[in-house]
Amino acid sequence: MTHVISLLVENHQGVLVRIAGLFSGRAYNLESLTVGVTTDPAVSRVTLVCSGDDAVIEQIKKQLNKLVDVIKVIDLTGLKSINRELALVKVQAGPERRAEIIQVADVFRARVIDVGADSISLEVTGSTEKIDDLLSIIGTSAVQEMARSGLVSIERGRKTKKTAKGA
Amino acid sequence: MMRNGAEMLIEALKREGVEVIFGFPGGVVIPVFDALYSEPAIKVVLTRHEQAAVHAADGYARSTGKTGVCLVTSGPGATNTATGLATANFDSVPIVCITGQVPLNMIGNDAFQEADTIGITRPITKHNYLVTERSELAATIKKAFIIAGSGRPGPVVIDLPKDIIVGKLDEEYPDEVKMRGYNPVLKGHIGQIKKAAELLAKAKRPLFYVGGGIQISGAAPAFRKVVKKTGVPVISSLMGIGAIESDHPLNLGMLGMHGTYAANMAVTECDLIFGVGTRFDDRATGKLESFAPHATIIHADIDPSAIARNVPVEIPIVGDAALVLEDLLPFAKPPSIDPWVKLVSGWKEEHPVVPEKSRGRLSPGVVVKKISEVFPEAIIATEVGQNQMWAALFYNYTQPRTLITSGGLGTMGYGFPAAIGVKIAHPDKTVIDIAGDGSIQMNIQEMATAVQEGLAVIIAVLNNGYLGMVRQWQELFYGKRYSGTCLKRRPECPEQCSNPGDQCLAYVPDFVKLAEAYDSVGIRVTKEEEIVPALKRAAEVKDRPVIIDFIIDEEANVWPMVPAGGANKDMLLGGVK
Ligand SMILES: Cc1ncc(C[n+]2csc(CCOP(=O)(O)OP(=O)(O)O)c2C)c(N)n1
Ligand SMILES: [Mg+2]
Repeated sequence: MTHVISLLVENHQGVLVRIAGLFSGRAYNLESLTVGVTTDPAVSRVTLVCSGDDAVIEQIKKQLNKLVDVIKVIDLTGLKSINRELALVKVQAGPERRAEIIQVADVFRARVIDVGADSISLEVTGSTEKIDDLLSIIGTSAVQEMARSGLVSIERGRKTKKTAKGA
Repeated sequence: MMRNGAEMLIEALKREGVEVIFGFPGGVVIPVFDALYSEPAIKVVLTRHEQAAVHAADGYARSTGKTGVCLVTSGPGATNTATGLATANFDSVPIVCITGQVPLNMIGNDAFQEADTIGITRPITKHNYLVTERSELAATIKKAFIIAGSGRPGPVVIDLPKDIIVGKLDEEYPDEVKMRGYNPVLKGHIGQIKKAAELLAKAKRPLFYVGGGIQISGAAPAFRKVVKKTGVPVISSLMGIGAIESDHPLNLGMLGMHGTYAANMAVTECDLIFGVGTRFDDRATGKLESFAPHATIIHADIDPSAIARNVPVEIPIVGDAALVLEDLLPFAKPPSIDPWVKLVSGWKEEHPVVPEKSRGRLSPGVVVKKISEVFPEAIIATEVGQNQMWAALFYNYTQPRTLITSGGLGTMGYGFPAAIGVKIAHPDKTVIDIAGDGSIQMNIQEMATAVQEGLAVIIAVLNNGYLGMVRQWQELFYGKRYSGTCLKRRPECPEQCSNPGDQCLAYVPDFVKLAEAYDSVGIRVTKEEEIVPALKRAAEVKDRPVIIDFIIDEEANVWPMVPAGGANKDMLLGGVK
């Protein structure tokens, strides 16, 4: 099963290599990995998407926890979380297909960010599934180029009042 | 105080109580060696290879519990440490390894003797640091010592660029440092411990299964009390040997591939395993599907990732072995298991571990048994292969930290340099490397180190003329096709040969002459009655190493043996009747 794991890590050089190295060295499946700063400049947040059976996921979390530079490991799977991915998609579209693509973009609340002689570029954010859906409607053969950011996630705020969680 | 980086390093080592460094110099670390030159508090042992420096620091650490320290130069110096670090990492040995690095502004330029030391050592250390700011040097060293020595210990590399080594700064060594990502759990959850005690009290066929964690955490006294109080039989991994006396009536010995009949039968029939400080690794468990099929498993280990990785665990306890066992002691009750104890004792009597009969040359089991009789309180280091298994099976260990062996990585060439580290830490103890004729050649250059330091390490070569452990597999599973395992081979030999014997040309090197070439003592033993006199003669030598070349049966085997991937109960008993 696919899990989304959020890490708070020391913002040191080499932290990402340690995390990636753990996955390659132990042959775990890593589907995406994103990283960015938090409000504390010494701490970064890493979101990683990985897959495996329960035992493997348990090992992944334990191994991540063992890394000296990893401050916190949160498995967002099963928690209420907000997951977003950004995709930039350049779609093959001459004047005859433009309207159709723009209509599809509209439905997915994607933004048209560039129009070329025979292409349209879209920017779309949302869950991984939403982006996958958009792509399947456009048809992968029509996609000239694409860049996906990988998932970023945070836990949802509690609906009842309690102390807020860190960075 | 104003200091350069090298001086800061030495101050730090002194503050950490370091008395000895194993090292090898080179361009970028000359300033560190220079600072050590006039430092009476720290002894520098020059090994003849960086791998040996790490193994020596490792032997020092395993036999004392203190953190071993080594110091090498950049590039080849650093790459040569890799096997040593991986060996220590696998067996959880605390080491701080300082590597020189090219100056910061040259990193990435393919500078002379540059290597990506951090990249190379990342997966084979507990942690590593490249120091990029002189102001972070002191805190980094402090962190390295904390990480190496605490939790599940392991090696830590500190990579020091030349400009950090010579850079001056006014600073002091910190008493503490903050690491928010590093908080090993030491104290076991008391609720879990109580549950474990209850299960244990109710079991009908329980076993303790102990590993290297017992040695590392100093848990042997607590463990022995628990065994005394509960009367539960004990099996151990290779690394757990010494947790309890080898000849203790409740000790069934080592389990696994070359485990004893009693241990492998007991683990197959038991209804409860209480594992402490062990990884349940594959050499011990054999085929997982048939490992302890009737058992509920309690597992205490300091490393959460070691728990429930290979076997399903009913009661996990994360914590330091000594603390967990001390907490367990008041709650532990003796289960009523007389029939079980009788049964396992019966297995022990039926199939004791006895040496193979001699086929003309010495029987290795007999040699090790004599070593055990003549030197009952030695610290034994081993190489890897049959020699290691014979050392594990036939020496009578009474204390923890007395079997120094590369378990996880199985590094040939480990034993002798490790023995050097052990002897430096324990000058008054008899230190013996039980060696194979193949392995010993992997770090034989350390004879010079032992001579230089006046170390009376005894190297007992169990000389079978083969890479014996591999040959044993070839004999049993590859139709005796001794491919690439004969160490007596010469151009005159037939292409293929499965019949070693008196027609073979002389073994090289001649270990007796080799010892003499190193201004040391060499003794050859070919007959059983010569074993004890040779050992006694070796004991007389106090200021240099001794090699005893025991000429053993070429095709002696290690029994019992569980074929790779097999179930523990399906062991081959070979010559052991
Ligand atoms: C560095 C290294 N290379 C290869 C091996 C594989 N190996 C394991 S045991 C063994 C044979 C060791 O021969 P020897 O030291 O003569 O010991 P014996 O088994 O004959 O007692 C080999 C080659 C290893 N463990 N370590
Ligand atoms: Mg051999």
